[in-house]
Amino acid sequence: MAAPVILKQGKFLIASMQPAPSDADLVLLRNALVQQVSRSRSRGVIIDVTSLDVIDSFATRTLRDIAHMIRLRGAETVIVGIQPEVAFAMVQLGLVLEDVATTLDLEEGIAYLDVKTAK
Amino acid sequence: MDRLDREEGFQATPGTSAIPESMAALLRELVEHLRENRTQLREDWARRITEAGFLTAMSKEEIFAEATSIYDNYVDVLETGSVEALQDYARDLSERIIPRGVETNDVIGIVLLLRDVLARSLFKKYQSDFGLLNRVLDAYEPAANRIANTAAVGFVQERERVIRAQQEAIRELSTPVLPVRERLLILPIIGVIDPLRARQLTEQLLQGVRNNRAKVVVMDITGVPTIDSTVANHLVQTVEATRLLGATVIVTGLSPEIAQTLVNIGVDLGKMNTVGDLQGGIEEAERLLGYKVVPVEEGIHRP
Repeated sequence: MAAPVILKQGKFLIASMQPAPSDADLVLLRNALVQQVSRSRSRGVIIDVTSLDVIDSFATRTLRDIAHMIRLRGAETVIVGIQPEVAFAMVQLGLVLEDVATTLDLEEGIAYLDVKTAK
Repeated sequence: MDRLDREEGFQATPGTSAIPESMAALLRELVEHLRENRTQLREDWARRITEAGFLTAMSKEEIFAEATSIYDNYVDVLETGSVEALQDYARDLSERIIPRGVETNDVIGIVLLLRDVLARSLFKKYQSDFGLLNRVLDAYEPAANRIANTAAVGFVQERERVIRAQQEAIRELSTPVLPVRERLLILPIIGVIDPLRARQLTEQLLQGVRNNRAKVVVMDITGVPTIDSTVANHLVQTVEATRLLGATVIVTGLSPEIAQTLVNIGVDLGKMNTVGDLQGGIEEAERLLGYKVVPVEEGIHRP
């Protein structure tokens, strides 16, 4: 199990997910992100899922959990890089990331957080 | 001579031992008769075609011309037993007449009429010798049925080929995804959306959003008269998937029928961003993207 890679970019944290994460990897990521947000007092978190070919119901639930937990720490989360095929598969399975922001890529994600955290 | 033998015999090439000599001789005599009376029988047939109301899409002259080639081919097949030549002819004929609006019942109808015309002519010729008539019919019937079958199947296969080609053409009416401003795409959809086209549409849209880094898509369905609930669901899912890529979809131009379909399948209208027409949709999109379109000052003369 590879340790999740979390980088600090200005006042934001960026977590790039590795391909084919196991359920355990996802839980590790969740715990690591929440800890890091507290330690670095970040205002925003970007989770980059570009390399994921599949986002199943556990992954979806975990991403939502991460966003909720991070919001409780006063920070915003945005998921970036959902691939077109993955997006449609998720929708067909009824996996919704309703209350979680999503943008096309990293650049858009940072722009989104800039706006969101400017208030 | 049992029936099975004879039918298999017809399929073999003439001159082999599979066809009993008496049968082959009868066939030859039959073919002779049909050739001698060619003109009369062709005219009878053409007349009966018109009386029965077949081939209304063709003129009398055209009917007679086609009747001539079909007749000659028919008799050739009776003579040689070669079904391949008939299959080729049936295909060629179908290619020519399908565009002229000839229907399946026309083709089957006229071939059966020809079979009847020729059979009655045989009745007339051999009516004095019932035993001979029976043997002649024994030779004629399987051949005639095989011909009718081949002609009909050939026609239907050609029809199916045309239908498949048309379906391909419709699918290839690709749905262009058009960037009209920075971050703004327009997806004008025209015509019938079947499930396959809906899937292609989704693929093209999602790829387009990614490649153009679009934030807003105006999906215009003014040119789509109706959609069934499967396709409607698919479109709703496409809108949701596009949102996962960080873009908003504005749907414009819903016909009353489509609006009714969406309400019937219980679409959460709160999730769907719709505007009446394309113009309104573009204006809304520009607003969302922070564009403001203002007229150029007066007094500036354009070349």
